[in-house]
Amino acid sequence: MAADARAEALRRELAAGREYLGLERIDGPLVFIKRTHPVGYRELVEIVDAEGRGRLGMVLDTSEDMVVAQVFEGTQALTLPGSKARFRGEPLTVGATRRMLGRTFDGLGRPRDGGPAPLADSRSDVNGRPVNPVAREYPRDFIQTGISAIDGMNTLIRGQKLPIFSGNGLPHNELAAQIARQARLRDGGSEFAVVFAAMGVKHDVARFFERSFEESGVLDKVALFLSLADDPSIERIVTPRVALTVAEHLAFDLGMHVLVVMTDMANYCEALREISTARGEIPSRKGFPGYLYSDLAELYERSGMIRGRPGSITQLPILTMPNDDISHPIPDLTGYITEGQIVLDRSMYGRGVYPPVAGLPSLSRLMKDGIGEGMTREDHPRLAAQLFASYSKVKDVRDLAAVIGEDELAPLDRRYLEFGEFFEKRFVTQARDEDRDIERTLELGWEALGLLPADELRRVTEDDIAAHWVEREAEEGA
Amino acid sequence: MEVRGARAIGRVRRVNGPVVEAAGVDDARMLELVRVGEAALVGEVIKLSGDRAIIQVYEDTTGVRPGEPVVGTGMPLSVELGPGLVGTIYDGIQRPLEALRATGGDFIGRGMSAPALDRGKRWHFTPSLAVGADVAPGDILGTVPETARVEHRVLAPPDVSGRLSWMAAEGEYGVEDAVAVVETASGERRVAMMQRWPIRTPRPAGRRLPATVPLVTGQRVVDTLFPLARGGTVAIPGGFGTGKTMTQHAVAKWCDADLIVYVGCGERGNEMTDVLTEFPKLVDPRTGRSLMERTILIANTSNMPVSAREASVYTGAALAEYYRDMGYHVAVMADSTSRWAEALRELSGRMEEMPAEQGFPAYLATRIASFYERAGSMETLGGGEGSVSIIGAVSPPGGDFSEPVTQHTRRFVRAFWALDRQLANARHYPSISWLDSYSEYADEVRPWWEERVGPEWTADRAEMVGLLRKEVRLLQVAKLVGSDALPDSQRFVIEVCSLFKDAFLRQDAFDEVDRYTSPEKQARMLALVLLYWRRGSLAIKKGATFVELRRLKAVRDIVSARYAIAEGDSKAFDRVAARLERAIDDLEGDYGR
Ligand SMILES: Nc1ncnc2c1ncn2[C@@H]1O[C@H](COP(=O)(O)OP(=O)(O)OP(=O)(O)O)[C@@H](O)[C@H]1O
Ligand SMILES: [Mg+2]
Repeated sequence: MAADARAEALRRELAAGREYLGLERIDGPLVFIKRTHPVGYRELVEIVDAEGRGRLGMVLDTSEDMVVAQVFEGTQALTLPGSKARFRGEPLTVGATRRMLGRTFDGLGRPRDGGPAPLADSRSDVNGRPVNPVAREYPRDFIQTGISAIDGMNTLIRGQKLPIFSGNGLPHNELAAQIARQARLRDGGSEFAVVFAAMGVKHDVARFFERSFEESGVLDKVALFLSLADDPSIERIVTPRVALTVAEHLAFDLGMHVLVVMTDMANYCEALREISTARGEIPSRKGFPGYLYSDLAELYERSGMIRGRPGSITQLPILTMPNDDISHPIPDLTGYITEGQIVLDRSMYGRGVYPPVAGLPSLSRLMKDGIGEGMTREDHPRLAAQLFASYSKVKDVRDLAAVIGEDELAPLDRRYLEFGEFFEKRFVTQARDEDRDIERTLELGWEALGLLPADELRRVTEDDIAAHWVEREAEEGA
Repeated sequence: MEVRGARAIGRVRRVNGPVVEAAGVDDARMLELVRVGEAALVGEVIKLSGDRAIIQVYEDTTGVRPGEPVVGTGMPLSVELGPGLVGTIYDGIQRPLEALRATGGDFIGRGMSAPALDRGKRWHFTPSLAVGADVAPGDILGTVPETARVEHRVLAPPDVSGRLSWMAAEGEYGVEDAVAVVETASGERRVAMMQRWPIRTPRPAGRRLPATVPLVTGQRVVDTLFPLARGGTVAIPGGFGTGKTMTQHAVAKWCDADLIVYVGCGERGNEMTDVLTEFPKLVDPRTGRSLMERTILIANTSNMPVSAREASVYTGAALAEYYRDMGYHVAVMADSTSRWAEALRELSGRMEEMPAEQGFPAYLATRIASFYERAGSMETLGGGEGSVSIIGAVSPPGGDFSEPVTQHTRRFVRAFWALDRQLANARHYPSISWLDSYSEYADEVRPWWEERVGPEWTADRAEMVGLLRKEVRLLQVAKLVGSDALPDSQRFVIEVCSLFKDAFLRQDAFDEVDRYTSPEKQARMLALVLLYWRRGSLAIKKGATFVELRRLKAVRDIVSARYAIAEGDSKAFDRVAARLERAIDDLEGDYGR
């Protein structure tokens, strides 16, 4: 065994020393190298340009006569004869340590803040390994975000992967930052950290988050991995993997509760499409590769909790839906993998609702195990179900009002309109720095239901009604 | 199935994700199980051409290099069958995940392996036949208590018949120990408790039997409106978050199958954890035993290798057929068959095959058909009766049912539980649409229902279905003019349907009473809603108003019956019915008769 390991190390060293002068072909982000020694699938490669600058890449296809690699840092200005390829004999790894908190890195995990590279405690393959399903611990701990639309209706659970589906110009960054600032467990703090991965977003977005962390005094608990809009697009494929590898170390080796914010997943998916197109693969929908689902799952499944280990990874990926279309492959496949979604609604935002969390398509799948007696409040599950059910009627009534006019509405229908108004303007709406506790959220929920007659409330019990429901008239101007 | 032993069959030439091309191959067989590279990754030969073999590798191929060896095992990709399956969780190629964790830690690494059936475990074997007996394929040679509720029947393998020349005495044996020896035409065959079976080959059985007994799921919308028969097939299509997994879990928990094979195919890790932590705690209403004692889990989550995902549904089918052959009724859940189809697509793409619709290979339809074909109610080789029912989730992109996987699946299943986004958004669960779903078994299982709950069931069900149809038209009108504009008799139709949805179709998977409803209780609940309908319509004719009827306190009793009335408490139903009748009598009294 020891002899094997020595031989392997030697082989790697020899292989790593070998350099191949000249590329066979360059096609978009891909380079083709002919007649190499046997190169491993997904092995790390460094392409050195004529000026001697190295760029990292990864092997996507390897055979006896040709190796195809994607270059993370772009192929711009590479020449066929002048470039050299060096294979590293192992996949891309990243060194992780607690000392990365408070620091800023580039999309490949190299310091971007001028500081030295921190001494790593552990070095692992950025692709990670799947958690054995039997090793998982089912997440159940309620995180209070202080945001009613989330806590009351789409509760976030520690270890959950809950993306924000948004659109250009909607306040997803504000919402994510507010969640990151306000999130806490009800029974107080254990050590937490934030890992932030930016993929193809603008500088000011990264700066916005940085400032927000700074203002709340947690910047020394945050590790930022930035692959910004002007960085090479293919780098984005690695950035979340680097960030998650560090998150896994913090969570599962060091026992921290890590919140991972990844933005914007749409840019990530587009980089993936770029590679796929360059490889001439048969696309599935909208030009995206057929393996987009599996690829996204490799990222999103790197969250949760592990039995016998104290930490957790909670993921808050942000994605902008092209054309606000939730059936677009990026949000669609994400929704099929994550444990719910917070959907932002443009028309609500237009009506001045912040956070514009769409009432119906938003969902938290882990909510059921984290709310109710002993966690939030006994009536919470039924109250939430009733709010959803009643709010779903509001839309029908609004449609009807648009046809026959509001004045023609039956009294009951009018009450639904009032309920809808209150729900959006008082329950959902809150200030960007308003931190509501769960009791206040539930109270507001009951106040909303007070606008409806009791016989309309079939999702709650009679005891609930006796305990919490007070019939109310709509306030003027509500 | 003969074992030709391990031998080098070639070397790696190219690695492209899970697809590996081997060169210098002259001795490989189609569908042979191989070990690829220095890490000995599990793979399967899926194409042979000249001296090249295309191998689908079931593990992550990171680091595999050209030139590494490929070793053939002489066997097709097979499952191990024998006691110890029930209660175990496997990956898509039947590696036991608990054992992998014990040796390899919390993360799954390359080249990890462990036998599917524990070799060290001793089982108590009791012979069923005596030396000298004639043995035919499928005959029960002996039995083993596998769990407190599953008696494992050790069967003569499908290719073994002759005279029993030796039989083990009652006692403790390991799965590889011989328990019988059969004198066959081609010599002596030693039979152990453990047998192997290639996953892609359906196990032989006798003739197919008609599907006349429902697989009772305890889910009202299913059992009453869109029943599944034992040995039947059903698809559950629905966009993300509409409730496919919850429906599968509910059926896996409460249906009256003897055994459940739950295949998590390309879905979430936490969902498997959910099953693993919840099932052992839940008690089967019929046997009083833990649900885990009848469940086999196959977990190939979305982040696990895609080719093992492709194999996982076959692994599930083979295990299910094995228990069917013992005379059990087995239900297979596959969540989600779309992920399986996508695995096919990905592998096909890597092999550069010509795609048909949306990149799927042209053989998509035949593969889907042959998977569902493995369901059925069968006469077993041993002369008994067993069944495999298949319940497949379908995850159409964008929730659009016109895509290839949903469309092809529809051709091969006989029931369709269509999940509806609007219902899910309104948190009406299970969000099975009463308009788009159907079941071809409804007629076939009708006699069973009539016998079980009474002859009025057929008419009641038909009346309710008729009302739901009527409601669709009325709602269309109401959308334009407001429901106020409808006459009370029509508003009452809408009201009764809305009550039926709240009181009957909706079912809370988390409520301890509501989560399971027996056929008897379903019939009583349906009758209650219809009582309200029939009496209410008469009252309206006599002058009562729709508003008065909906305000009746007794209506709340109907809504709460699903969780307030316990199983078997038929008196409580009598009371609610009597109160309702009295309330309506009073109402009518107000209007004079
Ligand atoms: N019968 C039910 N009772 C209560 N809640 C339900 C029920 N069915 C679904 N839900 C709710 O809907 C959520 C989504 O359901 P589920 O996970 O089954 O969706 P899915 O169709 O499997 O989605 P995906 O395709 O993304 O896996 C659940 O987490 C739960 O909150
Ligand atoms: Mg699901």
